[in-house]
Amino acid sequence: MNVGNWLALGGAVVLALTVVATLRMRVGAGAAGRRFFRHPTAGAGLFVLMFFITIAAAAPLVAPYAPREQLDITRLANHPPSLQFLLGTDPYSRDVWSRLVHGARISLGIGALAMLVAVTTGVVVGGVAGYFRRWVDTALMRLVDVGLAMPRIFILLMAVALWEHLPLAVLVLLIGLTSWFGTSRLVRAEVLSLREREFVAAARALGAEPGRVIFRHVLPNAAAPVIVSAALGIGNVMLLEAGLSFLGLGVPSPIPSWGNMIADSWLKMTVAWWGATFPGLAISLVVMALNAVGDALRDALDPRRGEEGA
Amino acid sequence: MTTAPLVDVQELVKHFPGERQWLGLGRPRSVVRAVDGVSFAIATGQTLGLVGESGCGKSTVGRTILRLLEPDAGHVSVAGSDVRALDGRELRALRRRMQIVFQDPYGSLNPRMTVRQTLAEPLTIHRLARGPEVGRRITALLEEVGLDSSHERSYAHQLSGGQRQRVGIARALSVEPQFLVLDEPVSALDVSVQAQVLNLLSDLQQRRRLTYLFIAHDLAVVKHIADHVAVMYLGKIVERAPASALYAGPRHPYTTSLLSAVPVPDPRSQRQRIVLSGDVPSPAHPPAGCAFHPRCPHPLKNDRCRTEPPALREVAPGHLAACHFAEQPL
Amino acid sequence: MTEPLLRVRDLKTYFVTEHGSGTARAVDGVSFDVLPGETLGIVGESGCGKTVTSLSILRLIPEPPGHIRPGSFIEFAGRNILTLEPRELRAVRGNQIAMIFQEPMTSLNPVFTVGDQIAEAAIVHQHLSRRAARARAIEMLKLVGIPDPQQRVDHYPHQMSGGMRQRVMIAMALVCHPKLLIADEPTTALDVTIQAQILELLERLQAELGMAVMLITHDLGVVAGSADRVVVMYAGQVVEQAATSELFAHALHPYTEGLLASVPRLDAPTALARGRLHGIRGQVPSASAWPDGCRFHPRCPYAWDRCREEEPPLLDAGGAEPGVHTVRCWLLTEPQRRAKSPPP
Repeated sequence: MNVGNWLALGGAVVLALTVVATLRMRVGAGAAGRRFFRHPTAGAGLFVLMFFITIAAAAPLVAPYAPREQLDITRLANHPPSLQFLLGTDPYSRDVWSRLVHGARISLGIGALAMLVAVTTGVVVGGVAGYFRRWVDTALMRLVDVGLAMPRIFILLMAVALWEHLPLAVLVLLIGLTSWFGTSRLVRAEVLSLREREFVAAARALGAEPGRVIFRHVLPNAAAPVIVSAALGIGNVMLLEAGLSFLGLGVPSPIPSWGNMIADSWLKMTVAWWGATFPGLAISLVVMALNAVGDALRDALDPRRGEEGA
Repeated sequence: MTTAPLVDVQELVKHFPGERQWLGLGRPRSVVRAVDGVSFAIATGQTLGLVGESGCGKSTVGRTILRLLEPDAGHVSVAGSDVRALDGRELRALRRRMQIVFQDPYGSLNPRMTVRQTLAEPLTIHRLARGPEVGRRITALLEEVGLDSSHERSYAHQLSGGQRQRVGIARALSVEPQFLVLDEPVSALDVSVQAQVLNLLSDLQQRRRLTYLFIAHDLAVVKHIADHVAVMYLGKIVERAPASALYAGPRHPYTTSLLSAVPVPDPRSQRQRIVLSGDVPSPAHPPAGCAFHPRCPHPLKNDRCRTEPPALREVAPGHLAACHFAEQPL
Repeated sequence: MTEPLLRVRDLKTYFVTEHGSGTARAVDGVSFDVLPGETLGIVGESGCGKTVTSLSILRLIPEPPGHIRPGSFIEFAGRNILTLEPRELRAVRGNQIAMIFQEPMTSLNPVFTVGDQIAEAAIVHQHLSRRAARARAIEMLKLVGIPDPQQRVDHYPHQMSGGMRQRVMIAMALVCHPKLLIADEPTTALDVTIQAQILELLERLQAELGMAVMLITHDLGVVAGSADRVVVMYAGQVVEQAATSELFAHALHPYTEGLLASVPRLDAPTALARGRLHGIRGQVPSASAWPDGCRFHPRCPYAWDRCREEEPPLLDAGGAEPGVHTVRCWLLTEPQRRAKSPPP
């Protein structure tokens, strides 16, 4: 780690703190913001997320080595943490810190993108089912029932087994397309209740077409549970990806992901604990932070507390 | 005067199916006859008061006329156009002529839209204004309903019940309708605010030559604003007459009971109170024969009432009642 | 002069608002009596404090954010309610003072039968056995006019209509023959024909059981038909108090006048009925920011300087006896001003 890296790391910490403090000041004043920050872990969770997002974005600045760089396979493998190798080296003599930072891009990226696919699909399906009802609703919901009953891991395993060299984009799509079922039910429930609200009837009476009614009136008011579900869902997806990568079926080595980093190092746990522990810690921290933030969001956006313009 | 009425409704029917068999794809097991053959006409500039208690179908009538709910049978014409025959663009154009104001000032405004956005939307949908004209129109509308233009940037939850209701009225007026369905517009408001809004509605009717269908359960409010009154019970109109005739001499025992049940703010009033026994029946299981017969206090009630539903017939000029004994009212 | 059953003196119930930006003084110095066997009507619009008053009497106000200020005094049958121990207070609630609420659906527990809920009060206060309590419940159902009480006693609230549920609530309240029944908007959520049934029932029960009723409502018609005396509330205070006939014949407070002029009248001849309703201009102020001076002055057609600066106390309007008709208005000291301004 040279001076530049330390500075960049310090800068990331400061940036994360600043963002959280600014959020607290601007949003924390309103009623929803106060409800959010009333949770002691909410602020901490936000900080952890901001920190990891920042270092993932600034990976080349914070990481002293390239993630695939094998420095000296004979003498520098399984080196304990030191000033030069902040978190030590793994059995292939790669700097754990650098891999962690670059792996953050992969793991967080896959989590976010897969969740985006899932949420979009879930919102569309749930929205259509809830708004148009009757046979459309019945057909779509039976499909969702099948999807929920489906063992996701096995489907993914099958897909991976059948596909040689699975591209990352396809992995993201697959995870996303198997994760939307719960969201669609949530959205459908919200839409079903919202469509009976008088402001929706008023919009229809004014002559708004179904598209406008759904996108301008129904969905914005259904956003709250979807946001919460998405925040919590990213954590799930990240764990899924880590699991798959650990089994060797997700992100292929040598591209670093927190899951396959554990796969690479866990056999040496007893003599070189740092290789597997730090990625594991990273996963745990991020997932816990996502849960904390999601929980606080749920409280903050709770429509029963009165509709806030926030 | 032989001009055609602005609103003409004939034998309007709206049923709601009960639970469906076969996982939602089969035929429904029972049917709720919410609106069961309702007819009336409203001349331009007049107000028809539609009264009844919960479950009588009056709100459903209002929404079905505007095709917010699809009618199952019957004929509805507004400003000469057949409401049921139109679709798509033509229906949207017709919607400019007929609008609705709802009961619940809290639920009838989108909580995520400012007053300005709420009022701008109908102007956008019907391309009635663009650019700075939109702002001008909104200010004019707000002024017309008695709101200060500073409220433009407010969200619904920042306004009082009366203010929200005024916004709802402004929204309905923005497309310049001829006919307004007012679905219990003042029921959720405090007495003093109710008076303000009723005065506003009267003024607007005069100024803009509006035609109203005023749906309410409060007979005193309806007496104040309606030219004609129709009383509903279990999906059917049981009496229909000019307001003065109905209040002075009701012909249907339900109307008489309803009038006597309304508490009057005068402790000296020694009215003969008729207290009906039993509950308001559910529209899913209407009684046989005359729907009102189980609760009817008429002394001449007999087997004919139990078996034969009475037709809505004229018992005096312009005064219709659906009772076998309408000639001998209570 | 009969000893009052309930004496409320200078009741103040304040709420701390979430922002800590202020205190909502929901009830701000309210005093009135309830005599044994009488019906006292408490009339006011939303935000006037009538519901908070009734909840304060039974100490049902949630302690944060609300609290009853020291200096408030509530005495029931000679005992100071505000200083009772929790055990003693529980012995009063449901037993000597009972309460019924506006929404019968949410006030009844949906997972217990109607009979169980009625019997509960009997078991807790009168220590009856389960069997005796059930018999009592059937008796109560009959008393409140529910047909087939033997079967209905095992029904759940969702199997009953709104009117029936309200009768069940009344049965629950009256099981222990309380001396005072507080009825908070008992008929507002009901259809008008059902409302007539419930009001008639309350009248009959009151006569049979010799109980006093505190009837809280916004409906002047209900008060005219059912109450012996009326208290009009505005902005957390009592603004007028009189016997019912006196209030409707000679309302003296501009707010009461305004209310009476705002109500569309069923008994007015139709031609007259179509005229403009004289409402009250403006809207109810927020409890965190009551206006200075007389709280009604921003909306009052007669207001002058004194009204803006000095809050009027409850003044005696003269009448059969002192204290029988009181009004919180400076017009009583300068009645000539009433003639100058046009009536609302």
